[in-house]
Amino acid sequence: MNKIVIVIALVAGGFSVGAQVPLIRLAELQKLMDTPSDEVKVVNFWATWCAPCIKELPLFEKINQDRKDAKVTLVSMDIDLDPNPEKVYKFVSRKKLQSQVVILNERNPNDWIDKIEKEWSGALPATLLINTKNGKRKFVEKELHEGDLEKLIDEIKN
Amino acid sequence: MKKIILSLLALTVLFAGSPIKNGYDVGDVATDFKLKNVDGKTISLADYSSAKGFIVVFDCNTCPVSKAYNSRIIALNKKYAPQDFPLIAINPNSPEVSKGESFDEMVRIAKKKGYDFPYLYDESQQIAKAYGATNTPHVFVLKKTGDELKVVYIGAIDDNSRDAVGASKKYVEQAVDEILAGKPVSVTKTKAIGCGVKWKSA
Repeated sequence: MNKIVIVIALVAGGFSVGAQVPLIRLAELQKLMDTPSDEVKVVNFWATWCAPCIKELPLFEKINQDRKDAKVTLVSMDIDLDPNPEKVYKFVSRKKLQSQVVILNERNPNDWIDKIEKEWSGALPATLLINTKNGKRKFVEKELHEGDLEKLIDEIKN
Repeated sequence: MKKIILSLLALTVLFAGSPIKNGYDVGDVATDFKLKNVDGKTISLADYSSAKGFIVVFDCNTCPVSKAYNSRIIALNKKYAPQDFPLIAINPNSPEVSKGESFDEMVRIAKKKGYDFPYLYDESQQIAKAYGATNTPHVFVLKKTGDELKVVYIGAIDDNSRDAVGASKKYVEQAVDEILAGKPVSVTKTKAIGCGVKWKSA
């Protein structure tokens, strides 16, 4: 009986992660980036296969937790190499990620990388900060370190 | 005084946050190099006197995107080296940042995969910087015009990282075919998701 309960809990857990981590198209991502907000949007592009991305994830989790003036979105690029999002679901639940996670469900990056950010070469990790109130943006194509995100948020806040 | 310090600080942060924009654009003349190959010999583009051009691929040992393209890179050289358009792979990554990028590991991979093209170690990362390599795999197609090597294509190998069969646009093949046919290159720049170059910390 106990085993059945555990299995049900695991299955339900799996479903809830799947439900919380939607596959989205480019238009939805653009809407997420452009919708006016009082918070600075911190959009991180990552993948479960990208070691420096995983290393810097705790910095984003910390911002998500600590800063009421910032909203973190972690955009997984995993679909580019692997059509099955299961790896992302498992990763999110194993790491207990609290930030918003979405999976970009698009092929042929040459068609959409520039539409997200012209400065972006496509290299991971990459992070885009957007203040919809004053139109300021900051784009960084490198691994971030302790304190970098706080500085970047403050730079575009006012 | 406070204001000056503040604006100086703001400037520092501004510069620290902005990417260093250098490297080649299409039409630029590319530099030659002297880099150590996995066989221990030093290789230059000038060594290839009969080459009509080169497929220079910044590639590495560990990146999953590089791994996905590995057999396609081998196939590119098999197809174009006999047409005097050889492929040269260069690893720009610092093993200080990512252990798996060591020269020994390059040697092992080249042997295991049977590389019949150079796999060069850009230890100082100066060539990656000069070219403007940002990620792996990142391709620069160079066309020899007189004594100069002109950059004619920068970007991805094709439009499908997952598998070669699913690729509908083979950018590098198309560019090289056009050059070999004496035509201008029609698609000169593309982008793909890749692994950022592992730069040494300054």
